[in-house]
Amino acid sequence: MIEAKQVVKRIGNRDILQEISFSVGIGRMYGIIGPNGAGKTTLLQLLSGTDAPTSGEVLFQGQAITSIKRKDLAKRVAVLQQGGIPAAAFTVREVVQMGRFPFQNWLGEESADSEQLIDDAIETMGLTALANRQVDQLSGGERQRVALAKVMVQEPELLLLDEPTTYLDIGYQVQLLDTVKRWQQERQLTVIAVLHDLNLAAHYCDELLVLQHGRTAADGPPSAIMKPELILDVFGARAVILPHPETGVPQLLLAPSVPPSERRS
Amino acid sequence: MLLLAGSIVVSLSIGSSGLPLADVWGILIHQLPWMSDPSKQWDASEIAIVTQLRLSRVLLAVFVGACLALAGSGFQGVLRNPLADPFTLGVASGCSVGAAFMIVFGYTAWIGLWSVPIVAFGTGLVTLVIVFALSRARGAMNVESLILSGVIVQAFLGAIVSFMVSMSQGVINEVMFWLMGSLSTRSWEHVQLIMPFAIVGSPLMFRYAQHLNLFVLGERHAAHLGVNVERTKLIVLLISTLLTAVAVSIAGVVGFVGLVVPHLIRLLVGPDYRIIVPLSAIGGGIYLLWADTLARTVLSPKEISLGVVTAIIGAPFFAYLLYRRKVQQGGGASA
Repeated sequence: MIEAKQVVKRIGNRDILQEISFSVGIGRMYGIIGPNGAGKTTLLQLLSGTDAPTSGEVLFQGQAITSIKRKDLAKRVAVLQQGGIPAAAFTVREVVQMGRFPFQNWLGEESADSEQLIDDAIETMGLTALANRQVDQLSGGERQRVALAKVMVQEPELLLLDEPTTYLDIGYQVQLLDTVKRWQQERQLTVIAVLHDLNLAAHYCDELLVLQHGRTAADGPPSAIMKPELILDVFGARAVILPHPETGVPQLLLAPSVPPSERRS
Repeated sequence: MLLLAGSIVVSLSIGSSGLPLADVWGILIHQLPWMSDPSKQWDASEIAIVTQLRLSRVLLAVFVGACLALAGSGFQGVLRNPLADPFTLGVASGCSVGAAFMIVFGYTAWIGLWSVPIVAFGTGLVTLVIVFALSRARGAMNVESLILSGVIVQAFLGAIVSFMVSMSQGVINEVMFWLMGSLSTRSWEHVQLIMPFAIVGSPLMFRYAQHLNLFVLGERHAAHLGVNVERTKLIVLLISTLLTAVAVSIAGVVGFVGLVVPHLIRLLVGPDYRIIVPLSAIGGGIYLLWADTLARTVLSPKEISLGVVTAIIGAPFFAYLLYRRKVQQGGGASA
């Protein structure tokens, strides 16, 4: 589906990414993790085709992604950005409709009617009651749902998520990733997600890529990545790894060096 | 549209020569070939006033207003800056430097009337680049620093234009009046000059209206939805500057039209540029037509310059927008 080959990104004289290579097959969910400043967001920009690598290349279904016309690419690749939709005076429905932009001609017309699709996306994200509210009156979590509804109507083959759970309450974090996962399984959608929560990453992703200082520190299935030595090396945190009692997926417990303060009774 | 037609009718009928209403319309209708009625005769000077002066002037006001309002909506959309307009960005002043140079030194014969707007376009673009460079000092371009740069550049360019005017002989009065913004002493030639720009400019800008809507969500959102961000910005800025250059070449620096009109339209119809762009063109026409009608009738038979009228309305409006932004940011409601 998508493949990165020896991708290097240099900004000024700083190497943001060095020799990153990996490939993601159709219908897979691929996670990118790593500490802040490791180059995760930059890598996602390169994968979305809005930015070109300094050297190396990103291939989308065998074709150099920078050679595909922007509007054609937007019919197949959608991006859910960090922070969701900014405050704007547009209504929820108007913003969701904007997801159809790549399919419209300059008069805003489409070959087929997309109203049903838009209604469905709004309903799936539980936004029906808010459909005619302006997005600047919504909470951060509601706006993130609007953003997801917008990428849904874009009907992509590849979905890129940039820290989609930041600023969300834990309930919404799980809800959002469940929705993406369900969608991935139903439609053979390929997903690449930058995640900062390692436990969620281990749970939802088939494979993980660990970035450190712009290099690949490790990649493989969650069971191979969730190792105390690796976590200490990359994140500088001591951790205990336990299997999840319900699913058996490796989960991480932080192990601070200072013992907890004594309880006063 | 109806409002525009109505405004044209009323404005045509008002004027310093005090022609009776019936005569004005009689003359106009008489001009249409299939309506000519040989039994009625008007004075040659009366015909001239109506067809040569008044009709051309009314159309000019409509087209200049449309161009400026379109340019304003374009600048506001692409820069995501509610305070941007050809005047506050300094682009209008930039265009006036080129235009004044051509007029003062009499190079207008070079390629005829077209030479003034072409040179004005060039100096307008240079000004835009300078203003951007000044405001981008620390990476990002924020709303206030962009406008501040615009004001600085505008002050400097205003001085240059005044200097050029002082150096020239003879035409000072005419140039000074043009500088302050005026539609007097303009003719059908000018209508022919600006009409194609106003008529082609509207659909051209409309083609990018949905792009501008996506820009409201941020440049990255727009890019991920398939907008070629850099190209779109460049094209919309070029169209806006060109429309400004043409308007300035004809009417001088008429301030705040591009600020006031798109804002009023936005208040009425909401944030969708697919509606704002066409309505701004029409609204700009109506707004400037009334401003010009005021300019030529309030102190009749003396004229106030058009720029004075639009500034008297526009500057307080600008102050109000600035104040509202401050209140919003202070309240932290929407950052």
